[in-house]
Amino acid sequence: MTHADAFILIDRVSKFFGAFQAVDEISIDIGKGEFFSLLGASGCGKTTLLRMLAGFESTTKGEIYIDGQPMSDVPPHRRPVNMVFQSYAIFPHLSVADNIAYGLRKKKLPRAKRREMVDEMLELIKLPGYGDRKATQLSGGQRQRIALARALILRPKVLLLDEPLGALDKQLREQMQLELRALQRQVGITFVFVTHDQEEALTLSDRIAVMAGGKVLQVDTPEGLYESPKTRAVASFIGNMNFFPATVRRNGAASAAIEAEGLGTFPMPIENITQPDGAPVQVALRPEKFSLTPEKPDTAHAVAGKVCEAAYLGERSHFHVAIEGKETPIAVSTPNQSRGGREAREQGIGAQVWLSWSPESIVILQGD
Amino acid sequence: MSDLSYIKRPNRPLQIYAILFLVVLYLPVLFIPLFSFNDSVYVKFPLTGLTTKWYVELWSREPVWNALWNSVKVGAAVAVISTILGVIAARAITRYRLPGKNVLVTFIMMPLVIPGIIFGVALLILMSRLGVPLSLFTVTLGHLIVCLPFAVATLLPRFEGFDKSMEEASADLGENGWWTFWRVTMPMVFPGIVASLLLSFTISFDEFIMAFFLTGTDPTLPMYIWGQLRFPQEFPSILALSALILFVSFFVVFVAQYFGRRGLESDQ
Repeated sequence: MTHADAFILIDRVSKFFGAFQAVDEISIDIGKGEFFSLLGASGCGKTTLLRMLAGFESTTKGEIYIDGQPMSDVPPHRRPVNMVFQSYAIFPHLSVADNIAYGLRKKKLPRAKRREMVDEMLELIKLPGYGDRKATQLSGGQRQRIALARALILRPKVLLLDEPLGALDKQLREQMQLELRALQRQVGITFVFVTHDQEEALTLSDRIAVMAGGKVLQVDTPEGLYESPKTRAVASFIGNMNFFPATVRRNGAASAAIEAEGLGTFPMPIENITQPDGAPVQVALRPEKFSLTPEKPDTAHAVAGKVCEAAYLGERSHFHVAIEGKETPIAVSTPNQSRGGREAREQGIGAQVWLSWSPESIVILQGD
Repeated sequence: MSDLSYIKRPNRPLQIYAILFLVVLYLPVLFIPLFSFNDSVYVKFPLTGLTTKWYVELWSREPVWNALWNSVKVGAAVAVISTILGVIAARAITRYRLPGKNVLVTFIMMPLVIPGIIFGVALLILMSRLGVPLSLFTVTLGHLIVCLPFAVATLLPRFEGFDKSMEEASADLGENGWWTFWRVTMPMVFPGIVASLLLSFTISFDEFIMAFFLTGTDPTLPMYIWGQLRFPQEFPSILALSALILFVSFFVVFVAQYFGRRGLESDQ
């Protein structure tokens, strides 16, 4: 993504509430038709950023451009964006059809055309024939769809979604995730989606901005964030991660090795190492990147350990494996169909096992 | 009785207390309609006979109609103005970050506990200092002070009760502040507005102390009653008039309560 073809350009935007800085010089480019998520724990500034896109909060510093137009002086009702609120904000005094048609007043459409557009929307959100119901008679999932339809009927350039699935129960949420993604492909509108649920962000998004303390830590595709996180904060926020304090060992210009606590010393491709000799780094390894075997495997990248916790999760099993030279046990996740996983589970807690990994799955992070 | 939960068990002493409470509160008041149908100029037992002649006589009295009309004019003006001011105040209190908000609310509610005689005297002095002649306008002004706390108290829960993202949603869907107010805010607080109008009207209609200090030559209905109390032979007619006012007040307050409650229920 280059600066020039950004559809939404958030340019060094800051937001202060009194002395409190909610958003700290954030710059993000979002492409046309992208499903973009702002992911972070509560209080990280993601909702404030979304509300600045909608125009409900002013920017203290910086500028937001949508389709090339600066937005600072544009009030919410003139912005080419629409929002789905966390509470849905369905108007309780109006019928479903009147809720959906709310934004059409200014378009001065003939009654029949309006009706047709509303029916089309009800079809799209899979609630045909619900037009005459009172908004107060709807379930949470239905309200959520009405809120979507009400925003999409105006064909906004950008749809903003503030944790729209947060209030739904797990099963309905997963179903709505799939529907939301399908809907976004169908209408081709740029979605900016705020969530604190990393799984949801990974499932839905083309790209994700991980936020913390008013800053953007990393902007990447779901795969990029998961496989090559840039910082320890991102690595631990997205999925589970094992961290090993380590030191860089450079052997001249040609080769390098990493000496990691508990894992021993192993060679690394020199192009993966940017730090000087002796620099402290963190070695990060996902639980599922480990293979668990009862016997010593035929590789240098292996270490012996003892199972101290085991949990059966149906499709997978999770283990905590204590190894020599490392205080906290290593989290390991294995598919239950694999031989090592099955055997370790059968032997139970206290079983002696070997952990092995491939050097490509290792992520080297800055700092100690 | 054992199948009822602890809190739902009928509580005999409490029921007796409730009945006693209502009797003590309303029995004296009930004598007014009772004697208004009594066929005697003197208010005393035993009753001498049933009649509606006091009501008929009332009907033909020109000054009563004038006073009624004055009270309706003042009441309507007070109801509309105090409700508009109440809407503005309630919106400001619930929607904007106001420094000293609690202090402000306390001051708005203060006239509820300050004796009317103090406000009445104060306004009378102010009016005479400013050289404003006493008239129905000065009565209206006095009644506004009395009614505004009731209007705000009725409207505030309505504004507090609804999600402010409703108004944001309207703005987001392309409506400016004016249209948002008419299409979202107004319909949602409407039951509160009706309740506030009815309540303010009733309070103004029945108010005496402010009117006592601030009335010019045109009396309101309570002022008229006060004036007639000097003439014993007029007393039964006054009882008839009081009975009517009593009935209308009860009715209006019940309607106001109904709207206030219905509004709160529909939010769920």
